[in-house]
Amino acid sequence: MATSTPTRDAYATPPREPQKQPPSERRQLWRSRLWRFDDKASPYAYIAPFFLVFGAFGLYPLLYTGWIALHRVEMTGLDSMEWVGWENFDKILHDPEFWTSVSNTFLIGVISTVPQLLVALGLAHLLNYRLRASTFWRTVILTPYATSVASAALVFALVFRADGGLLNWALGLVGFDDTNWANGHWTSKIAISVIVIWRWTGYNALIYLAAMQAVPNDLYEAASLDGASRWQQFRKVTIPSLRPTILFTIVISTIGSMQLFGEPLLLEGGALGATGGNENQYETLSIYLYNYGWNLGHLGPAAAVAWAMLALLLIIAAANWFIGRFVRKSAV
Amino acid sequence: MRITRSVAGRRLRAPLVATTGLTVTALLLTGCGGSSDSGKGADADGNITLTVADFGQFGYKEAGLFEKYHELNPKITVKEDTTAEEKNYYPKLLQQLNSGSGLADVQGIEVGRIKEIVDTKADSFADLSKSIGVDEWVSWKAKQATAPSGAVIGAGTDIGPMSLCYNRELFEKAGLPTDRTEVAKLTEGGWEDFLALGEQYKKKAPAGTYFMDSASAMFNAVVSSSPEQYYDASGKPIHEKSASVEKGWKLAAEAASKKLTQGLAQFEDQWQAALRKSTVATVVCPAWMAGQISTYAGDANKGKWDITSAPGNTSANWGGSFLAVPKSGKNVAEATKLVKWLTAPEQQAAVFKAIGVFPSNQGAYELPDVKNATLPYFNNAPIGQIYADGAKSIPEAVLGPKDGVIKDSISTQINNMEQRGTSPDKAWDAALRTIEKAIG
Repeated sequence: MATSTPTRDAYATPPREPQKQPPSERRQLWRSRLWRFDDKASPYAYIAPFFLVFGAFGLYPLLYTGWIALHRVEMTGLDSMEWVGWENFDKILHDPEFWTSVSNTFLIGVISTVPQLLVALGLAHLLNYRLRASTFWRTVILTPYATSVASAALVFALVFRADGGLLNWALGLVGFDDTNWANGHWTSKIAISVIVIWRWTGYNALIYLAAMQAVPNDLYEAASLDGASRWQQFRKVTIPSLRPTILFTIVISTIGSMQLFGEPLLLEGGALGATGGNENQYETLSIYLYNYGWNLGHLGPAAAVAWAMLALLLIIAAANWFIGRFVRKSAV
Repeated sequence: MRITRSVAGRRLRAPLVATTGLTVTALLLTGCGGSSDSGKGADADGNITLTVADFGQFGYKEAGLFEKYHELNPKITVKEDTTAEEKNYYPKLLQQLNSGSGLADVQGIEVGRIKEIVDTKADSFADLSKSIGVDEWVSWKAKQATAPSGAVIGAGTDIGPMSLCYNRELFEKAGLPTDRTEVAKLTEGGWEDFLALGEQYKKKAPAGTYFMDSASAMFNAVVSSSPEQYYDASGKPIHEKSASVEKGWKLAAEAASKKLTQGLAQFEDQWQAALRKSTVATVVCPAWMAGQISTYAGDANKGKWDITSAPGNTSANWGGSFLAVPKSGKNVAEATKLVKWLTAPEQQAAVFKAIGVFPSNQGAYELPDVKNATLPYFNNAPIGQIYADGAKSIPEAVLGPKDGVIKDSISTQINNMEQRGTSPDKAWDAALRTIEKAIG
């Protein structure tokens, strides 16, 4: 857009003769003014819808949530807000359940993100080979991403059901006893991670694939001339070229796992899902927020949790930035 | 100069498009604030569709009452919108009350929530005191839905007088008597006797079966047999020192430590499966529970179950609901008429006949459908007699706004004692923490 500006200006500005202005010239001037205004203002008009929508549905709720976090607001009486200052933050920070959900969120985040990105990298590598019907394969691995969280979670809930679940049935054939997946501290986290991995691996694989195809072929040719094996090429050429992409997917996955909600809510469903299991064994921060606000009906602490989540995300983003900088420096 | 003109034309149009876009966006945004009530007024022919939002099992569908109402009032069609679990239904109701949109013409309210609704949302509901005969109800039932202003915001549907459901087949296999009077006699002394019977059952229990489904049900039965439950009359929470809570908790802990229960969260998947597979020998049975059992145990187990009076002839009320009419609805008058009809003695009797949910309208007690009622599914147990005896002596309980959440928090921890062997002290602390949070 910027490149076209000078030519258009050259077109637009007519030669000026301030002394005499015949009517046609005056119109020309008026028109050119309009043009210039258009040039300066219309880009803002074009992007305005985004900012308007963002302001209404992003920024305003964000700030209003912060305002609520400093008040006592009940689900049963939204109109009466009573100022309590930092009390809500104090409440959640002293609630062991909050810290349980923080650690659950991180644990599930790690055991879902790490395998997911590794598998995605491997899949992308495979898809990068010359394949028959490559478009088909690429489409297939993206399909889980296109399913809704709810349907995916409901299907997996059937897989992981303690009573007559698919997985228990299969394990039973090999001679294992029934496992109550949702009830165990580790098994429930693994079950949720499996849903996340299933949904997001293909998406990340495609991002990696796109990045891999941008790696110049000369590098591989040079490497193979030097006698590098396929594996060595992958490690020494592909991975370093993909570094920024990998960092990007890590950031995106981290944000995603911080907001994990649908999968744990629906794994067992019902009242148990809404509290993250009867011992809060798979309660994530989002579930904690939901439970505090909707089941217990206290919106103040729930809003405080939302802000705590934002703070955690900022901390993680900062850590990512530092690590990224470190990696870049050490790579040079 | 044709080119210039056409370019200029496009240039001018672009901001116009953008501005229009903004206006539309702005309109959309403000549109969100407007109300979009689901209930529509009458159409051109005067036809009205009324929606009834409820949870669990109200029994109107099973008793065919909505069709019957349509026959009686051809212009009115009733649609039911049922949420399986009340715990999911209630937050939605509060949200809808707050936003003033999405409400049905008639909304069900559970007894564990009625106090909170009366305290905080009474203004949102139509006063039914003029339209229904409040005196017809069991006195405490009507009182529960009465706001300080005197407005009655809900018409009682059912109450939950207590009984004991037991699986005759399993009792027989374990060498216990199966006759309902004999079973009642064995537990005459109260819940301690009940647990003793459980130990007896356990000695010869068929493999993979348990005496009870969940000790939380027994806890609820004990607490609801006392006038003093989770709150005192002044509205202060007393769950920490309430005698009934303490007694119920002790019994539940005992049942858990003796492994008399399967430790299932009631109404959840595995509980339903346990009924289907007949792995539990007893279920503490408020009247409405019979409907749940016959639904989930299914036709295959018909006749295997029976009902007898609760241990120690406990008179207690567990559960029961109300029907309320949100003021914001478009058909408040018609909805009120529907509520009056649905909660009238004949209809309550019909629901009782269909699924065993016991009437709260006293007028129904003398109807033959109630008085002489038996449940074929439960070996023709004379439920009319069993419940009517109990219903008369139910104590008038003091309700509190967070009764529902308190009960659920304690149930969850009882489950933890049963399933995970959590120590009673640790479980109690965890329950207190959740309750504290809920009340706070």
